[in-house]
Amino acid sequence: MRAFWSRFRQNRGAVIGLIILAIVIICAIAAPFLFPRSPWSMVQRPFLPPFEIDGLPLGTDALGRDVLSGLFHGARVSLLVGLVSTVVALAIGIPIGALAGYYGGLVDDALMRFTEFFQTIPSFALAIVLLAIFQPTLAYVILAIAIVSWPPVARLVRGEVLSLRNREFVEAATLSGQSNLRIILRQVLPNALPPIIVLASLMVATAILLESSLSFLGLGDPNVMSWGYMIGAARTVLRTAWWLSFIPGIAILLTVLALNLIGEGLNDALNPRLRKRTS
Amino acid sequence: MLGFIAARLVKAVFILLAILVLNFVLIHAAPGDPAAVMAGEAGAADEKFLQDLRERFGLDQPFTLQLWNYMKGAIQLDLGFSYRRQMPVAELIWDRLPATLLLTATAFVISIVIGVAAGVLAAQTQGTWWDTLISSLALLFYATPLFWVALMASLLFSVVLGWLPGFGYQTIGANYTGIDRVLDIGKHLILPATTLGLFFTAIYMRMTRASMLEVSRLDFVKTARAKGLRNSVIQRRHVLRNALLPVITLAGLQAGQIVGGAVLTETVFAWPGIGRLMFEAISQRDYNVILGVFFISAAMVLLFNLITDILYGIVDPRIRLTK
Repeated sequence: MRAFWSRFRQNRGAVIGLIILAIVIICAIAAPFLFPRSPWSMVQRPFLPPFEIDGLPLGTDALGRDVLSGLFHGARVSLLVGLVSTVVALAIGIPIGALAGYYGGLVDDALMRFTEFFQTIPSFALAIVLLAIFQPTLAYVILAIAIVSWPPVARLVRGEVLSLRNREFVEAATLSGQSNLRIILRQVLPNALPPIIVLASLMVATAILLESSLSFLGLGDPNVMSWGYMIGAARTVLRTAWWLSFIPGIAILLTVLALNLIGEGLNDALNPRLRKRTS
Repeated sequence: MLGFIAARLVKAVFILLAILVLNFVLIHAAPGDPAAVMAGEAGAADEKFLQDLRERFGLDQPFTLQLWNYMKGAIQLDLGFSYRRQMPVAELIWDRLPATLLLTATAFVISIVIGVAAGVLAAQTQGTWWDTLISSLALLFYATPLFWVALMASLLFSVVLGWLPGFGYQTIGANYTGIDRVLDIGKHLILPATTLGLFFTAIYMRMTRASMLEVSRLDFVKTARAKGLRNSVIQRRHVLRNALLPVITLAGLQAGQIVGGAVLTETVFAWPGIGRLMFEAISQRDYNVILGVFFISAAMVLLFNLITDILYGIVDPRIRLTK
């Protein structure tokens, strides 16, 4: 663990990413305490520019809502959707990839065709279709994002399992009479973990981008304030109040950038052999 | 080679059929009566109209027969009827498809050309501030939400600077013809295509840079150097050619993303393509149009993949043998 941290720390970008992400997490946690009032409530006259009135440092939107409050509450949604949808995608992708890689043959063929199918269809369009047909509640948004983002997990896990399957320690476990399920869970998957962790950190970033794009199109949960919704709502007043679109976009950009930087840092720290090759 | 193409073609057809089944299942999985779903909020959803719909689409028939009829229709490019617009969906899509093809193809070319050129430059100037600049830009573009950068670009280049039109496909009422019309459309194309391709420009930059650096360490490059070839020749003929292979693979994967991204770009720039059609259909709950666009964009992706597969087979003959 200490070796991991010292390697992670050497990547300056990753440390910066960690700091940015920490700030976003603190904002998300602090939102209900700092802004107990609903981010949807009207607090002042509409279109108040930033830095004009004390207590509303980022001004108000087209309906007189506090932009800073929206930003804080939006952080909750972005992080929640990013994290949970990644967990759900892992829960779909890991079993499929592990079964395909471990059993091979017909099981592998069938599962990989299935994965390929989901990888071929345009993922963003599928997410739109799913949310247009089912109600866009937070749960469905998370599910839709998970459904379009699990295939890379399955492929990665399959590849890892395939290369681990014939190693001596797995053979030893087989000879000692352990069940297949136990071997997969206790012997194979723990060794496949490092690349999965790296992929997961990048998936959280992609999921946040996806969530914001869907909310921008009006396919987010209409009851929760999100960054994508804020930009979508401000789109029509771009000419007169550009900051209303600009500010939430910066929040998305920084959060996604932070997660990507962390992902690279994790990659460096978890795969020390690869480290010096491409940098 | 012919067998290779045929195998890919068969696969593509199977995937298309599977998407049709998925569409059909989705319509039936939607909450409520499929007839009501198809009618949407057409305004005419009284009991008589719904009954007509049920009969017309055979919704009173067994499930498998319905599926069969649906597939048969879709293969003949009958994608249903838009009650909102009172037009067949296929016709709606057909009208808008050229604009989307133009936009996505341009975005595709821009991202490859700029991305590969910048990646090569970064690899050749490794460690200098050029490299730092390009790598930082790539990181930034990679994290930028597409719809947001589109909004900001239209604000900056169209509203503030007034350099480029930020709206539509051509100047309304200008009635340009011939070369003027082409130039006019081209001007309108710059902002949407560049922003749509930006995310992939970033990926190509990083990929080309990493790939170039990786290949230049291989033995055959050392051999070329030992033979006394000039560096520019080595870079172009030996390194770049091999470094481009993973870029082609990526290009195939990009197709799906770029078609999806078109929904966002076309919405922001009021580009009259199928992406904007889909956006309008979302707010109108026009399910037949949404599913139709989904099907056609999947078909576009498959076509794209097929082309890159074939290209890859030509560039790298080893691929043909493995599968």
